[in-house]
Amino acid sequence: MTGYTYTLFIIMIPLIMFLVTGLLGMKWKPIVSGLLGTTGMGISWVLSLVTAGSYFFGGHHAEGFQTIIPFEMKWLQFTDTLIIKMGILLDPISVMMLVVITTISFMVHLYSIGYMHGETGFARFFAFLSLFTFSMLGLVIAPNIFQMYIFWELVGVSSFLLIGFYYQKPSAVAASKKAFIVTRFADLGFLIGILILSFVTGTFDFAKLTQPGTAIFGSAASMSFLGISAMTWAMTLIFIGGAGKSAMFPLHIWLPDAMEGPTPVSALIHAATMVVAGVFLVARMFPVIHFQAPATQEIIGYVGGFTSLFAAVIAITQYDIKRVLAFSTLSQLGYMMLALGVSGYGGEEGLGYMASMFHLFTHAMFKALLFLGAGSIIHAVHSNYMYDMGGLRKYLPITHMTFLIACLTIAGVPFLSGFYSKDEILVAALEHNKLLFAIEFLVAGLTAFYMFRLYFSVFWGKDRHYHHTPHESPLVMTIPLMFLAVASIFAGYLPFTELVTSDKVGFESHMNFAVAIPSVLIGLFGIGMAWILYKKESDVPAKLAAKFGMLYTATYNKFYFDEIYLFVTKKIIFNYISRPVAWFDRHIIDAFMVGIGLTTEKISYQIKGMQSGQLQHYAFMFVAGTLALALSMIYLLM
Amino acid sequence: MNILTLLVLIPVLTMIAVLFTKDYKGARLASAIGMGIELIATVYLVLAYLAARKTGMMHEMLFTSDFIWYPSLNIHFAFGVDGIAVAMIGLTSIVIFAGIFASWELQYLTKEFFVSLILLVTAVYGFFISLDLFTMFLFYELALIPMYLLIGLWGTGPKEKSAMKLTLMLMAGSALIAVGILGLYYNSAPGGGQLTFNILEISKIKIPVAAQRFFFPFAFVGFGILGALFPFHTWSPDGHASAPTAVSMLHAGVLMKLGGYGCFRVAMFLMPQAAQEMAWIFIILTTISVVYGAFSAIWQNDLKFINAYSSVSHCGLVIFALLMMNQTAMDGAILQMISHGLMTALFFALIGMIYGRTHTRDVREMGGLMKVIPFLAVIYMIAGFASLGLPGLSGFVAEMTVFVGAFQHHDMFHRVVTVIVASSIVITAVYILRVVGLILLGPIKDAHHEHLHDAKWYEKLSTVTLVLSVAAIGIAPLWLSETIIASLKPIVEKLASIL
Repeated sequence: MTGYTYTLFIIMIPLIMFLVTGLLGMKWKPIVSGLLGTTGMGISWVLSLVTAGSYFFGGHHAEGFQTIIPFEMKWLQFTDTLIIKMGILLDPISVMMLVVITTISFMVHLYSIGYMHGETGFARFFAFLSLFTFSMLGLVIAPNIFQMYIFWELVGVSSFLLIGFYYQKPSAVAASKKAFIVTRFADLGFLIGILILSFVTGTFDFAKLTQPGTAIFGSAASMSFLGISAMTWAMTLIFIGGAGKSAMFPLHIWLPDAMEGPTPVSALIHAATMVVAGVFLVARMFPVIHFQAPATQEIIGYVGGFTSLFAAVIAITQYDIKRVLAFSTLSQLGYMMLALGVSGYGGEEGLGYMASMFHLFTHAMFKALLFLGAGSIIHAVHSNYMYDMGGLRKYLPITHMTFLIACLTIAGVPFLSGFYSKDEILVAALEHNKLLFAIEFLVAGLTAFYMFRLYFSVFWGKDRHYHHTPHESPLVMTIPLMFLAVASIFAGYLPFTELVTSDKVGFESHMNFAVAIPSVLIGLFGIGMAWILYKKESDVPAKLAAKFGMLYTATYNKFYFDEIYLFVTKKIIFNYISRPVAWFDRHIIDAFMVGIGLTTEKISYQIKGMQSGQLQHYAFMFVAGTLALALSMIYLLM
Repeated sequence: MNILTLLVLIPVLTMIAVLFTKDYKGARLASAIGMGIELIATVYLVLAYLAARKTGMMHEMLFTSDFIWYPSLNIHFAFGVDGIAVAMIGLTSIVIFAGIFASWELQYLTKEFFVSLILLVTAVYGFFISLDLFTMFLFYELALIPMYLLIGLWGTGPKEKSAMKLTLMLMAGSALIAVGILGLYYNSAPGGGQLTFNILEISKIKIPVAAQRFFFPFAFVGFGILGALFPFHTWSPDGHASAPTAVSMLHAGVLMKLGGYGCFRVAMFLMPQAAQEMAWIFIILTTISVVYGAFSAIWQNDLKFINAYSSVSHCGLVIFALLMMNQTAMDGAILQMISHGLMTALFFALIGMIYGRTHTRDVREMGGLMKVIPFLAVIYMIAGFASLGLPGLSGFVAEMTVFVGAFQHHDMFHRVVTVIVASSIVITAVYILRVVGLILLGPIKDAHHEHLHDAKWYEKLSTVTLVLSVAAIGIAPLWLSETIIASLKPIVEKLASIL
């Protein structure tokens, strides 16, 4: 089973590209870095496809897919059993993720050659892209939870670097800081979760942890803290880590601001890869969560459901096209989490798990497409705002077509990939939790509505006053669009139920028409509503907004969560904790220490008179002292 | 000749050479060559040590030698190193090497400056190789005195006051240590016989528990003061803020480690019973140190203050981890000492270089430096990432070892404080990113800053040496960790034996 050693190259090539372009990038022409990074990524992509091909389709898999560890080395040893190893683990979800990441990353690299053309820091951009891809790949192929955490942190930093790429822009700096600190806070949860988990089980290895029916949780049952079992604590805390990266409510606040980064970055990080890390983490830990911490699984389901509704509602009112897409991403990630929350384990019971991974895959394709399309639009009109756009279908034919395909896909129109994956999630939800099903059903309609609100306002309606006639992007940007459009259409036909399942054993899938037909109808209804309201410019949306008044304003302001974040960081951490602490340190503790010094000085000043240097004085003291001593001796001895 | 003698001899010879130089160029060149040789000797020591261990030399200390110095009190010059001491010597050599190049442009009393600096570092080497409490203490004192001169003469701001505060507080600490050491000496032969200062000999006998209870706090707090133990840390912000660059580097990077090193090598190793009994008090204090230092750092505006408070937080973690008294956590403590030493030296070097250009250390007056001095800015960012525990750099390895080790404790109290301490990773991120965001990113605030020149070759050499060391530990920590763990065995066993 060592035939997969070459997978090491998939990960190492981006790292080498990062080092080379990072250290030498300023020495040569910018385009060299771009081509080098793209070529490297291309090789990784091909290798990933080869891996996936031979893993999924080479050989016989009736008893399920095997977990293969083609490479592993000891990196750091804590105790006899707690060892961090660096290695590669291949199983259905990690192989699938390899394909997703390298595909999107390659497309984004290619696209960026055109999009970032002429920008200062072109080489730096490609170096960061490679670093990010390396981190993300390391995360998904981790054979133990600590390696995952290591790359998890690296992903956080590379995303910080990419969001803050325009580092002279204060809003970009603020956004990157916010993203890092919010996710770091969540990572603390992840870390503590790992500490508890490793304390209870004595291992970091997924192979041991995720084996159903394993005995390592034997001692866990008896352990609890504040009345909640140790495993529920561990899994919930780990989920908090996942929720931070996947921007689940209420840790979602960083994602919309993260759109300050260049658009290709949004496509790579905030649509297809980093934000699904949380979903991936939950999927990776799924057997543990399902069997050892059912309460956590409930939480995951509800958090996912709530996030998807909450984000979809906000998406309706936003005007910045990237923010609409960001909230749409939140909503879709909510779907994936929810699917994991309602899933069972094994065979058809594990439909939710399969559906979640399936949706992750298809979503990566169409959401990357949407972001890259948005980038192409922004490239053409030099604005992010929908009210600066209109009638663009004439000027950007390729962007228009591919964007339309993506919109139809996300709206769940039949025979496109989004339809299949979303449908499976709805079926899984219906079987396990009617409330969550109802929410998702509603969100399906909302999704179609806000996506087509975006589509109609940008590509239809009246022309705006453009600085120059918008023109289609160069081929290097439109090729990725076309590729991803094709992927969005056909990804739904991959036999996911046979490839990526909770227990790694395939099962037969059936179309559930009782769910599919209503969900298509509500999607079409959403599209129809958008058609009526936004295809031709009218004042109906404005009137509607006015009618909802407060509610609209609250939604437009994202329910004021940013203000809460600012309140916590600026007011509480800075003003109410750090400031008093710093004051206390200077004025109490330090003053006390200085006080000791001053007191010593004062006392010595008082008694220095004794050292007068006068002989008579000393002689008097000497005699007096002797007398006093003699008298007290006599007194004591008597 | 014994390699350890050589380690002390090279700096002494360097000092003499510096005295004979004519101008500042000669002085700095002589220092650089001397410390370069010292660095090579250190590399040789590391290799020799690893080779000796590989051939199965299982003594606690290697390369030992012993000279009687004062027979009637049984005081020896006893030298020897284990893996921990070797690691600390490595740290010292790297930091002083980088420190010399960071003070390349110093032109005021250069000769005297380098002589004091190297005298200080000689004492540090002496401290780490000492096996005799008396000589250890002697070197400890010797390291403090040049510090006063270095800050008082070459410092900035209210330097005399800061130098006095620092020296007095540390002297108070050494008074406590003296009591502790004498206590150990007079109890080193409970059954009668020859009293001894030798650490290894004392460790083999059991000091009476009553004596341990009495003297442990003296020794522990005494060393703890130098290790910035809350509430005795206030010398650190003032002292570091006023000290010249190389002195800040050496002080925060190496000298503060003497505190942590003494805490476990003297206080805990020789008085294990009292250590076990009283650990909880100091665990609470260090937990406060870690969180409190980090919160204080958020509010500061002077770069050196930020880094000084950050050091309080990071060094708090060292003593915290030592008190967990298991192999993993103590390994983490040593790793944290080395990691923090390199990191903080890097920070102070960079702060000095930035100050040399902008003439301010106030973060509110700087901005957008990434544009004008990209090299220094990138290195500053790397240092920042190391400080907030980015994997691939040394901080992560050390912190994770501490957290995992501390959490293995079977006592709920220990695990709860571990969680509190771990929360510092978020607070650290806040203050690091605040500084990075303010001074490096954003638009350029001061028009005078638009034409700053980037790092010169000696500045590059200084910072790159430190960055490479930080990265080397971060990327391949296993050998260092294993070396330390092997040397920790006797200490951990001794601490566990009395439970």
